[in-house]
Amino acid sequence: MLNDVAFGQYYPAKSFVHNMDPRAKIVLVIAFIVAIFLAKNFLGLAAVILFLILVVILARVPFGRVLRSVKMVLFLIIFTAILNLFFYSSNSELHILWQWKFITISWEAIINMLFLALRLFLLVMGTTILTLTTTPVSLTDGIESLLTPLKWIRFPVHELALIMSIALRFIPILTDETNRIIAAQKARGADFETGGLIKRAKAMIPVLVPLLVSAFRRAEDLGDAMDARCYSGAKGRTKYKKLTFTWRDLLGLLLLAGLITGVVFLNIYFGGKFDVIGWFVA
Amino acid sequence: MEAVKFENVKFSYREDGKDPALNGVTLCIEEGQFVAVLGMNGSGKSTLAKLINALLIPFSGKVEVFGMDTSDEKKTFEIRKNAGMVFQNPDNQTVASIVEDDVAFGPENIGVPREEIGKRIDFALDAVGMQEFRKSTPARLSGGQKQRIAIAGVLAILPKIMILDESTAMLDPRGRREVMDVVRRLNREKGMTVILITHFMDEALQADRAIVMHRGEVVMDGAPEEIFARSDELETYNLTLPRAAYVCKKLQEAGMPVRNAFTAEELAEGICESLRKA
Repeated sequence: MLNDVAFGQYYPAKSFVHNMDPRAKIVLVIAFIVAIFLAKNFLGLAAVILFLILVVILARVPFGRVLRSVKMVLFLIIFTAILNLFFYSSNSELHILWQWKFITISWEAIINMLFLALRLFLLVMGTTILTLTTTPVSLTDGIESLLTPLKWIRFPVHELALIMSIALRFIPILTDETNRIIAAQKARGADFETGGLIKRAKAMIPVLVPLLVSAFRRAEDLGDAMDARCYSGAKGRTKYKKLTFTWRDLLGLLLLAGLITGVVFLNIYFGGKFDVIGWFVA
Repeated sequence: MEAVKFENVKFSYREDGKDPALNGVTLCIEEGQFVAVLGMNGSGKSTLAKLINALLIPFSGKVEVFGMDTSDEKKTFEIRKNAGMVFQNPDNQTVASIVEDDVAFGPENIGVPREEIGKRIDFALDAVGMQEFRKSTPARLSGGQKQRIAIAGVLAILPKIMILDESTAMLDPRGRREVMDVVRRLNREKGMTVILITHFMDEALQADRAIVMHRGEVVMDGAPEEIFARSDELETYNLTLPRAAYVCKKLQEAGMPVRNAFTAEELAEGICESLRKA
């Protein structure tokens, strides 16, 4: 399973979203996050949810698959939400529901908790769709291309991209190696399963040291191999991969521009998130 | 034409020049030759390989590739374009997670235009028989397949010399055969000069010429059959005969009149022949 880290959580399919330019997708995710944080009321978030459902359908990724990826951060979302529930103070005495020493629960806190949880959830969903429909390799290509303007301030864009792609390349190799070292140490009686956190962390030292040594040896070999293949930095280098911006990307950007406009419109006409309290309390 | 020329080359990994890895090597390799370099660990055979494509520069003496001196820094790039090198560990020489991207790495480095790179990837993957794995990831390939991709990565630069530095050492017998088939075909069909560094004696049999190294010096140089006929001398350098040749020699010593053989097929024929006569 870990061998497939090179593909990350990529879900192979032929779809509108899969075929988009990785650069467009990265920009879209950033704009999507902006839309989430622009929304001031639940109607705005509803618009974001509708947009998200549309994207998942267009990406031909099963909803279950998307939700499964979110499951990992569910704990974090619940934890943040609960903290917010207890420590959000209300301005109005009328809205307090329950109080014990310094902990109060108010209508505002409940609304705020729901709003925050929903925001975090949508944020994770949006980025998950990006990684489900884009391979790490094309993500790297996209990032490199988007960072190109930074070359003007002598930022080493090509080097950074090469480092990222070599890191991706070596993840499965180093994972294999780690498993081998763990097996070797177990064969010599090392114990990784029992004891407290500190004891277990200490047990990893005999794994990490040989791993580090081998990583350095590999790096040296790789350096020689790159030299032998005439590598000499970004200067005079051509690029085989070409990213093309198509009508799909334009359509995607237009749709998202529509979403942001909609969210702003809803903000203006329907007030803030706490307005709903008025429905319950005078 | 002379592809590679060593003139009294000395090299040491130490700055004071002691413990030389190469101690006065003089040799000449003609274009189109298939040369096997044999020797036990620490005999200097890998050092010899790295000196050819300017990964190492001689301490004294001179190394020339197609007449270009490797100590001339302005020529380094041109020398590496002409002398490609495949290393031992297939995992440590792949830079990209996708086969075609990795093959493209060399041509990208030397500034080949995009359309031309596509053609070169086609050519290189066809030459090693890996075209169908173009979009695959190296982590899913076998050792032999990974090493063929590494060869393709070198071929895409269109070198005239291919140096294989123990490139089959980490492979299983099947992977070794795959790689050797590709290398032999490149030599026969494309006229590529091949310098094969190995400690598998059977592989040396496929070469036109075998060079034996010992303690940084060239101690034997000739056709593989000639070299293997001098088995006592080989033994002093801690080298063994190819398996079939070893069996043949033992049979002869035991009194069976078998003619000299180096490969399993030759040996089988020889045994049949002697049995028929008996």
